[in-house]
Amino acid sequence: MSATQSGAVRPAAISAEGWGWRHAGRAQAAIQGLDLRIEPGERVLLLGPSGAGKSTLLHALAGVLGDEEDDSDETGSLLIDGVAPREQRGRAGLMQQDPETQVVLSRVGDDVAFGAENLAVPRDEIWARVHEALDDVGLRTAAGGGLALDHPTAALSGGQKQRLALAGILAMRPGLILLDEPTANLDPAGVLEVRDAVGRCLDKTGATLVVVEHRVSVWKDLVDRIVVLQPGSTKAAGSDRLVPGRASGGVLLDGPPDQVLSEARTMLMSAGVWVPGYVPATRERRSEPHAEPHTAQLLLAAQDLAVSREKPRRKRFKTIPPVPVQTGISAQVRAGQALTITGPNGAGKSTFALTLAGLLAPVDGKVSAAVELSEGAGIDPYKWKAEQLISRIGTVFQEPEHQFVTGNVLDELMFGPKHLGHGEERVDELLERLRLTHLVDANPYTLSGGEKRRLSVATVLAAHPKVLVLDEPTFGQDANTWAELASFLSELLDAGTAVVSVTHDQEFSAVLGGTELRLGPVPQAETTRQEAGAA
Amino acid sequence: MRDALNLRGNHALLTKANPLAKFASVFLISLVLALSIDWVSASTALLAELALFPLAGLTLRLLWQRAWPLIIAAAIGGWSTAIVAADSGAVLLDVGLWSISEGSLELGLGFMLRGLAIALPAILLMTCTDPTDLADALAQKAKLPHRFVLGSLAAMRLVGLMAEEWQTIGMARRARGVGSQGSPFQRLKATLGQSFGLLVQAVRRASRLAVTMEARGFGGGQRTWARESTYSMLDAWVVLGGLVIAAGAVLTAVGAGTWSFVWR
Repeated sequence: MSATQSGAVRPAAISAEGWGWRHAGRAQAAIQGLDLRIEPGERVLLLGPSGAGKSTLLHALAGVLGDEEDDSDETGSLLIDGVAPREQRGRAGLMQQDPETQVVLSRVGDDVAFGAENLAVPRDEIWARVHEALDDVGLRTAAGGGLALDHPTAALSGGQKQRLALAGILAMRPGLILLDEPTANLDPAGVLEVRDAVGRCLDKTGATLVVVEHRVSVWKDLVDRIVVLQPGSTKAAGSDRLVPGRASGGVLLDGPPDQVLSEARTMLMSAGVWVPGYVPATRERRSEPHAEPHTAQLLLAAQDLAVSREKPRRKRFKTIPPVPVQTGISAQVRAGQALTITGPNGAGKSTFALTLAGLLAPVDGKVSAAVELSEGAGIDPYKWKAEQLISRIGTVFQEPEHQFVTGNVLDELMFGPKHLGHGEERVDELLERLRLTHLVDANPYTLSGGEKRRLSVATVLAAHPKVLVLDEPTFGQDANTWAELASFLSELLDAGTAVVSVTHDQEFSAVLGGTELRLGPVPQAETTRQEAGAA
Repeated sequence: MRDALNLRGNHALLTKANPLAKFASVFLISLVLALSIDWVSASTALLAELALFPLAGLTLRLLWQRAWPLIIAAAIGGWSTAIVAADSGAVLLDVGLWSISEGSLELGLGFMLRGLAIALPAILLMTCTDPTDLADALAQKAKLPHRFVLGSLAAMRLVGLMAEEWQTIGMARRARGVGSQGSPFQRLKATLGQSFGLLVQAVRRASRLAVTMEARGFGGGQRTWARESTYSMLDAWVVLGGLVIAAGAVLTAVGAGTWSFVWR
């Protein structure tokens, strides 16, 4: 059983010499000319603008990049301990961004065991490792959920799923841990959960770490080196669309965190990296947000609302309402006013927002639209037809891809106006304002994360709704997109649009101002309170 | 370890049997029932299956919740058979084109009971078998390729996720003005679009999951199993039980003179 001791982990060394990779079917290399050496046990934060090839590097190190038979192209060499990553399965463990796809099996214990099984670890040894790994990531303490081995993985929160993935990686005893934006999809509590678990495990095993993440402040104190990659291709002025040109690649800056951050602060900021202590400049709201908020035109009101995503079930001719995730919510949406919905995971924030937006039927209570909003369509937004809804309440979903309905950016923007029969003249203005003009022919699915976000906001606004509802609009966005979005929304607010946003992002709600509605963790009446003032 | 990892909340006896033994048993019963259309063999098997409910941790309530579409389908199948089958014996009900006679009623009843008797064992199997245990047994005992078995198991997890995703995409598209109202053609178009959206998301998720699995060393030649799939005496009893039910169904039907092969 000596192998179960943490001393068995041998930290890995990485060496890249003139390394480059071109994905199959792409003209441009994702990364090239990379020279980098990482010593065993080093902890490295990898930064760089989008398109610099950070994820490609991590995938290559994890040994999951391409196959020999496809027409992808590798140049130079990338080795772990002098051996190609593909030839040593289990030497590196990779965690990706989307928690849902980091879980493989349906029971906690089995999922942790999966990697060790694949490495042909003997059975007794596997279970010893599973127990140890679950303890190490803190999933077995009472505070961490106290999970049993047969706990269903589907019932875990995002932060717990990521820690479970970490446990699965640890059970393989890798010398190298690779994290590809591991906390981009998590709320602030989940981010710290995962960061701290990673820190504890590294302290214990001494494994080498390479982490890619926009939010530098989260990882700054945990890493001892920051490497900044150069943009893989030059960029057209005023856009973040990659155009073929001088493909440089390689390392731009390399050194201890504080040194790199002070030397490259301006450059990192302009690349949209969340440098510690940096809040991007945004447009100030012109009209005073708190000036007599109750005199503004009331558009939409929620009264004693109970919400759920489930539909009512029918049983023996009776309709059984679903169990609400949150009850007793009251809120008012007023023209030119921002309403920010906050609260912990599972408090029903998004569910409430979708109910308010007329997309889900309330379990109890009611949502009523004022005459100024409904304009003859009736009082209940859920009963409105889709065309009636979009010109009154626009909803921007967390995942932009869920809302794409056509094959190119221009059609996407014209879709709403065409159905409504008016508002096509506004499309050019939106394209211009959200810097999408150069993309009109592009397929929405091929855009970058920031571009998708801007497009999804633009498409909803093309129908000219009086109320705009946004679900976590700043999740996983870089600082540049963040600033643009915040400024744009503050402009809309000044122009009289009501903006309702579900967000964990306090800086973002500070820019918008307005009212905060905080939903409590327990679905009981009176867990909600309405607070005046921005966070 | 296996005991600690059992089906959550279901501690019935049959959950401890090897999935392959249960599978063999179910196969035997279904095979025999598929051979004849008569109500005696079907009801014998059905009664025996109902008696097995407690052993699998299944209740009538649970059965209805999980299998009501099947039960309704069996009832409708039986009813329509009774209506359309060629009449024989005394006519019980005659409404113009439709008539129900003793003969057609018997056939319809047999049809319905048979549908239930064939469907029930499969439901019993699902109730007391964890998909992970089934995969373990298929790979370790039936020696199916583990890449295929574990790949399917992991993909199954995504199916539940896709159901949620379907709802979200539906709402997201309504928020874009794609309604489920309008002519049947418009509705069909909206559904197709929503399906395409789901397909894109499914492919994305699946490829990310594949990367996760590969990064955990999946796909190599040698592999060990954290959970050992084993046979015990219980499995012999399970197969024997299946044999007894199958044989009992045939013998009672032959004894009652109702047994008739479907091809005759």
